Amino acid sequence: MTQIPARIGTWFSTKGWSIHPHQHEMFDRAQDPATLLIAPTGGGKTMAGFLPTLAELADGAHTGLHTIYVSPLKALAADIKRNLRTPVDEIDLPIRIEDRTGDTSATQKRRQRADPPHILLTTPESLALLTSYEDAPRMFDGVQRIIVDEIHALAESKRGDQLMLALARLQRLNPALRRVGLSATVEDPAAIARFLARHPDPCQIVQADPGPDPDIQMLETTEMPPWSGGGAAYAIPAVLDQIRQHKTTLIFHNTRAQAEIFFHNLWLANEDGLPIGIHHGSLDRQQRERVEAAMVRGDLRAIVCTGSLDLGIDWGDVDLVIQIGAPKNVKRLVQRIGRANHRYNAPSKALLVPANRFEVVECVAALEAVKAHDLDGEPRGPGPRDVLCQHILIAACAGPFEAGDLYKEMTAAGPYAHLNRAEFDACLDFCATGGYALKAYDRWQRLQQRADGKWQLRDPRAASRIRMNLGTIQDTDTLKVRLKRSRGGKPLGEVEEAFAASLTPGDTFLIGGQIVRYEGLREMVVEVSRRADRKPKIATFSGTKFATSTQLSDRILRMFAQEDWPQLPSHTEEWLALQRQISRLPQRDRLLIESFPSDGREHLCVYGFAGRNAQQTLGLLLTKRMEDTGLAPMGFVATDYATLIWGLDAVTDPTPLFQRDALRDGLDTWLAGNAVMKRTFRASATIAGLIERNTGGQRKSGRQATFSSDILYDTLWKYDPDHLLMQITREEAMRGLVDFGRIEAMLERIGDRMDLLRLDRISPLSAPLFLEVGKVPVKGAAEERLLAEESERLLQSAGLDQL
Amino acid sequence: MNVCEFSFAGQRLGALPSGALWWPERKMLCVSDLHLGKSERLARRNGLALPPYDTRETLDRLADDLERTNAETVLCLGDSFDDLEAAQALPSAERLRIAALQAGRKWIWIEGNHDPGPIELGGTHLFEWRNGPLVFRHIAEDQAQGEVSGHYHPKARIRVRGRHISRPAFLLDQKRLILPAYGTFTGGLRSSDQVLADLMDQSAMAILTGPHPQMMPMPR
Repeated sequence: MTQIPARIGTWFSTKGWSIHPHQHEMFDRAQDPATLLIAPTGGGKTMAGFLPTLAELADGAHTGLHTIYVSPLKALAADIKRNLRTPVDEIDLPIRIEDRTGDTSATQKRRQRADPPHILLTTPESLALLTSYEDAPRMFDGVQRIIVDEIHALAESKRGDQLMLALARLQRLNPALRRVGLSATVEDPAAIARFLARHPDPCQIVQADPGPDPDIQMLETTEMPPWSGGGAAYAIPAVLDQIRQHKTTLIFHNTRAQAEIFFHNLWLANEDGLPIGIHHGSLDRQQRERVEAAMVRGDLRAIVCTGSLDLGIDWGDVDLVIQIGAPKNVKRLVQRIGRANHRYNAPSKALLVPANRFEVVECVAALEAVKAHDLDGEPRGPGPRDVLCQHILIAACAGPFEAGDLYKEMTAAGPYAHLNRAEFDACLDFCATGGYALKAYDRWQRLQQRADGKWQLRDPRAASRIRMNLGTIQDTDTLKVRLKRSRGGKPLGEVEEAFAASLTPGDTFLIGGQIVRYEGLREMVVEVSRRADRKPKIATFSGTKFATSTQLSDRILRMFAQEDWPQLPSHTEEWLALQRQISRLPQRDRLLIESFPSDGREHLCVYGFAGRNAQQTLGLLLTKRMEDTGLAPMGFVATDYATLIWGLDAVTDPTPLFQRDALRDGLDTWLAGNAVMKRTFRASATIAGLIERNTGGQRKSGRQATFSSDILYDTLWKYDPDHLLMQITREEAMRGLVDFGRIEAMLERIGDRMDLLRLDRISPLSAPLFLEVGKVPVKGAAEERLLAEESERLLQSAGLDQL
Repeated sequence: MNVCEFSFAGQRLGALPSGALWWPERKMLCVSDLHLGKSERLARRNGLALPPYDTRETLDRLADDLERTNAETVLCLGDSFDDLEAAQALPSAERLRIAALQAGRKWIWIEGNHDPGPIELGGTHLFEWRNGPLVFRHIAEDQAQGEVSGHYHPKARIRVRGRHISRPAFLLDQKRLILPAYGTFTGGLRSSDQVLADLMDQSAMAILTGPHPQMMPMPR
């Protein structure tokens, strides 16, 4: 066991710091092939990761790259660079540190490949890109350690799968490479350890002292939360009060749209002019950087934010976290709370603000779960094959490869440890020929097998296109928003293309906390002007929505079963009582279904409490059955606890709709044509390299533009339903967006205990669903009926109906 | 089959759900922008291997329409092939399929901007074709009268009860009729686009394709 070099130890003492036990343990384990550190925020995680690197580089003997640090955020790489510089300069260590992200200049990137620094700070995508170059072996020669920060977040996404495949490649170039993962508190550390380590290497888990329990409560307000909605506007005065009482407050929201609305309302009420900023992923980068810089300087008293601040930068002075809206997931709530108070061993302080009365129930359930240390989470399953396809193409960019070698390399990555050879070969065939049952592209294969059996790119120029489309982050189609040129042309951020398409000149909407007026579309940029208006439209932003976990849903149903609810505020208690009086409260072993008319349509509300994704699937399956039985459904929306379906006709007998065998047997066929499957297909086809996001040129507009990926999906469904991408789409959908397992569990639980209640209007519990975004249209008979109606109306009003 | 009937240049014509035009009096079926062989061309040019079933799918739909209408004449209004190489690389199964569709019918290929010109497939190759009051050509011309064309792949989008519905569409006014693209892997150009808005006069109508083709004032 080596000792921490004296001058590093001395530096710690001069700072008045002592080396934490877990930092010591990480140092002692520095020679292990893989180690995972679980520590709360502020626990000196990064230093624990870097200490061995600093020690090994202290004598200046190492040349070339020694340690690669990977984080999910570009900003984090830059931040760590600053934080590492301090000890390195003060101890006077001969260490060169550089970062490399999408923002690094081309010159700098070229130089880094020829003359790499000792420590390289980067992101999964930039690292994967580096492995795609032919000179990768030279650049990575001699690398000793890799540090993966925020690995708990990466392990939940395809970015992590991509990173592990890149690590497998690095490990082949440097068999002695040692891996370190840094993670926040998670429910299953062993799963992350398996994810991180080279298969089948062992991976020791080091647990830091988790520190004291957080101080977490519901925010007390004089106003009552509304019946429905997600804005939490009622809480604005109380939130402002809290901001005044604390140094710096982070105000988390679940969606970007809600963050925008809240920020807007906060400003309207901010009579003291407290400096408050907004930060989310759809804002222009410069604007986000300005907010981050102001935060670091301590200029801001509060930041309204979304998951974009879930990770990363150490905001030293944050002393309060406010969560607006139900947290959906106890683990994420605990991690967010950890963003407050980065002093080790001081309790983090947090307040929950339910946006409506249903969320009051969910917040109380979450509080109870946090107190019980009951973290939730579902195992993620094997690594997805679309990412594997992308990495086969990346490997081909780096040079010719032997299929057997690549298979061995890729199955050393944790997420792919159980991939069999046939599955790998199907991915290789897809990359080479498209993998169709009909062999069509013999002459134009993407990869060709040489006489010596190795695979290579048919056209070497394809490498640059593959590199350009590397990555697994799906930006849904968004358009940039900027002020009109005559008003300075300042970029403000971006909105979804579908939202932009719904605008007509003169419409106003909120972005970056300001109200703007839509002026027009110019070269695929939304041009706006500033405009103070009372009632702006709400821009829709893409962003992940998480399903409420099984554990949390069960807690809520258990709470509903109580006779009264002393733990709930009286207004919520009264609301639940009203629901019980007008309709019924959902029970764990029965299925409550309400039917009522509203706004000229018939509605059906199904309280399955199966989580957003499963409720969504239930919506798809039920609307398909309704379509078949002529009930003309028009669309549905799902939340974590219910599915609301609307259509032209009322449902009087739910039993045929819920026949379990029919639901299960038909799942595959029914799902085939729906929007969720097509969305999933589009993402997988893009990652696997069938569809290109970037072609190097500008994005086409208008004129005979690209046909939609939906057509590719339909064609495959019709002619090649077992194609690899269709298999991947089904797998993805089943575990992600479809989540049929939770529907089956629910049906199992309720048996034939279904209660259909006919009401004359919206019930208290169903009201929030009307304001949900993410409505899924059903393109069936109802659409044809509407088209006919509209055609008749328009022709009549134009006096053309006799034509 | 649901057909949307309308009159144009004194003729009764029908818009079929698939986007084909039916001229009952002459027993003639007209389709535009088939773009056969598009996936092959994309593979050749970009190295992308899209599902190679587009030609089959397009011909399947065409065969369907022919069977239902029992057309005696078929007119392909240009851009029938994605390019010369795509036409030459057409697999023999698909060539045979086209030959089978041609059997016992008069078949006219109008030249489009993508088309290679006459190729080794049966049928007559023309730049444009006049028949009675109608003239068929690929791209609409300035001084048109009774003109039937394609090229633009028009589609129309409307908003009804909070729902956007977008469909390939026929566009028609006093002088011209523009057909939607019939090929499977073909995108569309909205009728609100400046090019189409300029081309069509104020009284223009759109017929949205789909199970029940519907006519309405052209969305601008």
